[in-house]
Amino acid sequence: MRILEHPILGTLAVQKEIPFFFDGQILKALPGETIASALWANEYFAFRRTPRYGAPRGVFCAIGKCSDCMVNVDGEPNVKACNTLVREGMHIQSNLMVEERENE
Amino acid sequence: MSELYDAAIIGAGPAGLRAAIELGKRGARVIIVDENPYPGGQLFKQIHKFFGSSVHLAGQRGFLIGQELMDSAKCLGVEFWLSSAVWGITDHTLAVLHEKNTHEIHAKKIILATGATENAISFSGSTLPGVLGAGALQTMVNLHRVSPGRRILIVGSGNVGLIVAYQMLQAGIQVAAVVEASDSIRGYGVHAAKLRRAGVPVLLRTTILAAAGRNRVETATLAHLDERQKLLPETAWQENVAAVAVAAGLTPLAELAWIRGCAFGNSAALGGFIPLHDADMKTSVEDFFIAGDIAGIEEASTAMEEGSMAGIAAAQELGFCSTEEKDREKKLIYQRLETLRSGSFGHIRQTEKIKIFTKMKGEFDEVRIDL
Repeated sequence: MRILEHPILGTLAVQKEIPFFFDGQILKALPGETIASALWANEYFAFRRTPRYGAPRGVFCAIGKCSDCMVNVDGEPNVKACNTLVREGMHIQSNLMVEERENE
Repeated sequence: MSELYDAAIIGAGPAGLRAAIELGKRGARVIIVDENPYPGGQLFKQIHKFFGSSVHLAGQRGFLIGQELMDSAKCLGVEFWLSSAVWGITDHTLAVLHEKNTHEIHAKKIILATGATENAISFSGSTLPGVLGAGALQTMVNLHRVSPGRRILIVGSGNVGLIVAYQMLQAGIQVAAVVEASDSIRGYGVHAAKLRRAGVPVLLRTTILAAAGRNRVETATLAHLDERQKLLPETAWQENVAAVAVAAGLTPLAELAWIRGCAFGNSAALGGFIPLHDADMKTSVEDFFIAGDIAGIEEASTAMEEGSMAGIAAAQELGFCSTEEKDREKKLIYQRLETLRSGSFGHIRQTEKIKIFTKMKGEFDEVRIDL
């Protein structure tokens, strides 16, 4: 959910929205925001599953340190959702490290 | 990238930006590298007014200070490399990953201003999406303007926990409670009082037992502790919350200093292992400075002063300012730091800082330190 009104930060200016894909769903993001922010705005909080137990993981540190929020972006695995900006038409997949899971 | 910079600064937060400004305004060629897509470090999520006097920019909100620092640095021609992670470091060279390629940056002086990361705590369900650092929640809400849901819980009553709780209210998010395992509030009483006036329970001797939910946090189970910190399971109750924000302290991000071979000291009050340094913010390794939370967890205002100190000391060694000018500035910086490090919390940090300076002096006699 977006916080549109804020007593100190004012009204959030939403001038343009860009489409992107998350696990095949088409969603909308604001230009210049991170993948993590765009996913939260669309009510997605589980960004990946652990390879062994399939446990859901999402944002923990939000500053690129903990590696919990990693997603697959346009085929590239292990991209940190919290410090990577979303781009128009980007394909984001939550199921990280699929190959590793298959090899187990 | 074979050009030689006078100084390379890692981290574009309050400490790194101030170091860059001090160097840049004296004519040094400076580059700042930061792995995040935005500069400013943690300043841009700080929507509260800073404490202290006007010389510390108190009364100004963090995000405005961040903007000012950014503007000054850019005016002075400081180069910024964002979305760039430093993964290697030798004498005068950084290995920087930028857009999938590694580049080398060469500099005569290197200043590490990498900051800190939030500590995690372990409980049932603590890896569920929605359990996150309190500072992380602050980033998501204040910087990115997205909310995890209607109602949240804060674990930990230090200043981060208390301030983030209040800022959630400002963003229209309910705070079920701030819980604190010990029997006293860890942050300033004034922050806790403000929360209580707003109707948020600040519960002492209370802990989180579990977070649960399908694919994300939906509930948190809490329980009280007795005066000997023993869990009272019969007191357990459940709150419906969309997030559990953990404010359990910070750890300095010192990996690059370890790689570089800096001597370290340990101080619980400063957040754990930190590179030993002198009052000029020089480490045990030549041409290698630190500033900000990597030199001990404190406030943004102290980080800015330390950043200035590191920048001026590096500028002096590079020949961009005289020893007299450096000493004059140093005196003023330490006068301001003394004010910032007063009071019950600040005083502990002041004592610990002096211990670190002393240990540095003891182990590295050739390094001059005088306060």
